[in-house]
Amino acid sequence: MKRVIVLLPLLLILSGCSGNWGWYVVDPTTTNGANNLRFMATGAYNTILMSLTAIIISVIVGLLVALPGLSEKKAWRAFNRTYVEIVRAVPILVLILWVYYGLPQLSGITLNVFWAGVFALALSDSAFQAEIFRAGIQSISKGQYEAAQSISLNYRDTMRYVILPQAIRRILPALGNQLVYMLKMSSLVSVIGMQELTRKANELVVSEYRPLEIYTILVLEYLVLILIVSAGVRWLERRMNSSEA
Amino acid sequence: MTDQPNLIEMRGVSKHFGDFQALKDVSLDVKLGERVVICGPSGSGKSTLIRCINRLEAHEAGEIVVDGVTLTQSQDSLDKIRGTVGMVFQQFNLFPHLTVLENLTLGPRRVLGLSEDEAKARAMLYLERVQIPDQADKLPRQLSGGQQQRVAIARSLCMEPRIMLFDEPTSALDPEMIAEVLDVMTELATSGMTMIVVTHEMGFARRVADKMVFMDKGEIVEVGTAEDVFTAPKSDRFAAFIKQILNH
Repeated sequence: MKRVIVLLPLLLILSGCSGNWGWYVVDPTTTNGANNLRFMATGAYNTILMSLTAIIISVIVGLLVALPGLSEKKAWRAFNRTYVEIVRAVPILVLILWVYYGLPQLSGITLNVFWAGVFALALSDSAFQAEIFRAGIQSISKGQYEAAQSISLNYRDTMRYVILPQAIRRILPALGNQLVYMLKMSSLVSVIGMQELTRKANELVVSEYRPLEIYTILVLEYLVLILIVSAGVRWLERRMNSSEA
Repeated sequence: MTDQPNLIEMRGVSKHFGDFQALKDVSLDVKLGERVVICGPSGSGKSTLIRCINRLEAHEAGEIVVDGVTLTQSQDSLDKIRGTVGMVFQQFNLFPHLTVLENLTLGPRRVLGLSEDEAKARAMLYLERVQIPDQADKLPRQLSGGQQQRVAIARSLCMEPRIMLFDEPTSALDPEMIAEVLDVMTELATSGMTMIVVTHEMGFARRVADKMVFMDKGEIVEVGTAEDVFTAPKSDRFAAFIKQILNH
């Protein structure tokens, strides 16, 4: 939040120093400016909904891909490595285009813009989630597994009650990073026509032709969203730590 | 003691870690109600030996029979044996994110299918037995090392095992906390629990052990009653080991 407070006056000063700024286009005191701002803000709903849906899916898929990576069986580990290496190698923009334009030809299933975006974002992120989970689970000491075995817990219960609750506490900061990354990457889904923040800004630029001001507001929109996420993750970390203390 | 049946039979058990042979053709019988203390220098295979009994380490050759069940790779034999055998670790290995009570009730609820109330009642019973019922709602890290190890013992007892394995239970403890853990173990021994204890606490061994086992370089070098082996060790290696331990 502090950063926003510092940035805003800075921009206003800049606008005073130079004749190139035209803040009228997003001036909330004028009808047109207020409408433009409202138009831009309506994209936030899709940006947030798409990012949250994608992160939930990618966490679940990431965990399901991470677990075989920890197996003693070579074939399971090979599955994990192959998935991670291939998915991680595809640029996310390429993945979005492939899922939206390519996948229907391959499978006959046409996803709408929202689900194509979610699918591409989640798929791409799941490879990173898998690596985060694998590292987090591997950081739990062998003694925890042995203690669980000594009281006859099966694999599922060992993971569910002993290993994952500890691993998730450790990887929470990394999961927060991924959510931030997801919010930013969701801007790429604008290329297939998703009505999110970036797309709204683009449309407004076309009609108003004030890219400097409109994209500056767009930057601020992402900044605010991400600062909120950061604060939320820090709050969650504190809460989990205090519940342990 | 001699007329009791064997609860554990190990025949010609061997185990390697890479090129290092941790166990060489080891055989050992433990009778129902017997208290066995295993000692020996570090790296002698004593921890590996008891970790083979509940298959935290898989033995390569030989046979291990626990309470009539032959230990194999099969999940069935593993479940039966782990249900019979409890274990206490050097590093306690409590679940740090769960309270003492949750540590104790997890196994009974998930494995034995007890209701929450039943599991709690049982947990409190064993917490009283290890003399820390007032710590039930604390997290492990809020307890002293000695208290943590007593919780770990209670956690094992909650599964109502027939055999308890102790892997150097006091080695990670400050000296002033060793006694409280040994007291709990002595009480357990008095109650008739079958126990195998890997430890260097020779006072405890003399007090409770029916059988002393001395291991060195992956082999059982000497077996005898505590009184016999302490007063008249048969092997030079054991004599040297005892001298070292008692003198320091």
